[in-house]
Amino acid sequence: MTETVHLRAAPELPGEPPPPAPSRRHLLGVSDLDRDDVERLLGTAASIARSLDREVKKLPALRGRLVVNLFYESSTRTLSSFDLAAKRLSADTMAVRSSGSSVDKGESLRDTSLTLGEYDPDVIVIRHPHIGAPQLVAAATRAHVVNAGDGKHQHPTQALLDLYTMREALGRLDGLHVAIVGDVLHSRVARSLIEALALVGARTTLVGPPTLVPRGIEHMGCEVSSEIETIGSADVVYVLRMQRERMLAGAAYVPSLREYAAEWGITAQRLRRGQLVMHPGPMNRGVEIDPQVADSDVSLITEQVRSGLVVRMAVLYDLLAGGPIDVARGLEVA
Amino acid sequence: MTLVWPDAPGDSLTIRGARVIDPSSDLDGAFDVTIEDGIIIAIDPAAESARGLVLAPAFVDPHVHLRVPGREDEETIASGTAAAAAGGYCAILAMPNTDPVVDSAAVLGALIERAREDAVIPTGFMASISKGLEGQELTEMAELARLGAAAFTDDGHPVVSAGLMQRALQYSAVTGRLLALHEEEPTLSRDGQMHDGAVSAELGLAGWPSVAESVMIGRDCDLAAYEQRPLHIMHLSARESVTAVRAAQARGVAVSAEVSPHHLCLTDDTVRTLDTNRKMNPPLRSEDDRLALLDGLRDGTIACIATDHAPHARHEKDAPFEEAPFGVTGLETAFAAIYTHLVEPGELDLGLVLERMSAGPARIFGLPVPRIEVGESANLVLLDLDATWTVTEGGFASKSVNSWLLGETLTGTVVKTIADGRVVHAA
Repeated sequence: MTETVHLRAAPELPGEPPPPAPSRRHLLGVSDLDRDDVERLLGTAASIARSLDREVKKLPALRGRLVVNLFYESSTRTLSSFDLAAKRLSADTMAVRSSGSSVDKGESLRDTSLTLGEYDPDVIVIRHPHIGAPQLVAAATRAHVVNAGDGKHQHPTQALLDLYTMREALGRLDGLHVAIVGDVLHSRVARSLIEALALVGARTTLVGPPTLVPRGIEHMGCEVSSEIETIGSADVVYVLRMQRERMLAGAAYVPSLREYAAEWGITAQRLRRGQLVMHPGPMNRGVEIDPQVADSDVSLITEQVRSGLVVRMAVLYDLLAGGPIDVARGLEVA
Repeated sequence: MTLVWPDAPGDSLTIRGARVIDPSSDLDGAFDVTIEDGIIIAIDPAAESARGLVLAPAFVDPHVHLRVPGREDEETIASGTAAAAAGGYCAILAMPNTDPVVDSAAVLGALIERAREDAVIPTGFMASISKGLEGQELTEMAELARLGAAAFTDDGHPVVSAGLMQRALQYSAVTGRLLALHEEEPTLSRDGQMHDGAVSAELGLAGWPSVAESVMIGRDCDLAAYEQRPLHIMHLSARESVTAVRAAQARGVAVSAEVSPHHLCLTDDTVRTLDTNRKMNPPLRSEDDRLALLDGLRDGTIACIATDHAPHARHEKDAPFEEAPFGVTGLETAFAAIYTHLVEPGELDLGLVLERMSAGPARIFGLPVPRIEVGESANLVLLDLDATWTVTEGGFASKSVNSWLLGETLTGTVVKTIADGRVVHAA
């Protein structure tokens, strides 16, 4: 087994008893990772991807392990991706959603975590509308915690799958120029990706209306522009969803979606030959991205979904097993 | 009488050999201070003891949330004033944003009666400016003032309507009581969770910009100038706010201001911990803002350090950042936090801190100014500047433990507190 210790130790909350041994590892944000971690995870994902080309796709690596998907926000691709990732590694999975559970009855996240913790889950994957929820679960249980999106803060597995997708398509990450276009203010995808791109030596430019690009974000190591023409020098145009459900009534971030589409929507005319387009989904076709672009050869959107599965398998494997994944053996046993 | 507590005779004792500092009386040296029946009867030169004992005028805190009525699980008059005594305070003023709101003679009268039984130190109560803190109608301020309201405030909320603010200023000529303002332009602060800046951008938390505070301060100073009435601005947090208050004072507006220990000691950088005991309203701001607050405190623009002691139930703070309520406790840690974070490193002078925690707030709110002079009632705090202590959940007299200092080791303990002639705390 190779050394797999990385990922931050559980935060010690004041007044809490010291966390019990053994040391726990989590993926709460991109800042938990260093460049070596990213390389290892992307390498594991690539090995897994090759195994998925075979007829029998299940690996035994996490047999007997329990992965709980605790989702406080609606999600299609992230939940299904984590669920399938765990199943492909032969883990047991359990999904707990906020609607139809005790959360509906006003149970606090801490109490829900304590309850789920009694099942001794190996991993809790959590999505929550508020920042810090994964840290709270990590402090309240013995499980490894994976952040599947906390508020507008972080979505680290999305950033990893985006890096994986870019490297598969372009063969490298170092020196790439990525333009992230749109509603950065409300986007955890953007925040994770800015950090991840900086980690692997890529250059990032944020493009969008000033009302949707928060002041001070350039301190994360990116450039900022409100001119859509600045996407011209980018290798990858990463389009963010216009998150209408997060816009407060009357806040008026943009005068209208129509105006947004006209000024910052990604159309074929605005793309240069050779540029690739990505989008974390779900798309608002005709708003932030023209349907023709989304369905064209330059789009990596379906590749992102496939990458999501193998990258999440790699993350679960790395947290629970570690070491080089033995794909051949997996095929025999499954 | 604005300040109430149970009637009892004063104590008699002598405090020997401490370094006695009273900035208001220009006193600084080793003295024996003798108190008889609660009155200072002698201040005699003495040999300074080896220990770092300092005897100073006890502290006055005009910004305390006692949570009564409504949230007695978080604090009571008894527990909150015990916490104040432990922190070296001889007088506090409680905020009216309770449930029900202190907006009627019935609620205020009941509080005053309870304080006459339960208060550990002299305690005053502010009443709200608007009924139900809703910013629509003025409370019956004349009656409330006559009954003993120490001042008026809608703390926790701004007075959004400029028109209502003008009426409140006009009416304050009748009550003679100060208006204390929480300044926040709600269409700018929106659902802000922390200071609007590089850290909020990185964390993805909604920003509460400095300008949301300063534009309201500008508005209210203009109204105060127009109505020629005094005004007090609570918990300043931003450089722009210090600038606005200083400019108003320079043109003759009778505006005073306070700042909290946490705004003097911390910046928004600490919110990266996602510790909900770093979540306050107004929010912790940038280092540049913190330095401006220190400047304002030094030059007198800000004449008062007030804790904004805000107890919260553990289960409410033990939540993701955006779900947790704003506010931290502060009565029991105020002096040691400031001494450790600002006096020891040389950012603030000890005498200035003692003045801004005692005479400064007392003068602003028309309360008796604690003085170390023969013939004065004894309002004294005995501090040990050599002693260190670690802030722990078990160590609080307050019913709540939402302190930003948990786990920190601080220098400076409160050895003894004497309020209006009585020993109310002895370590």
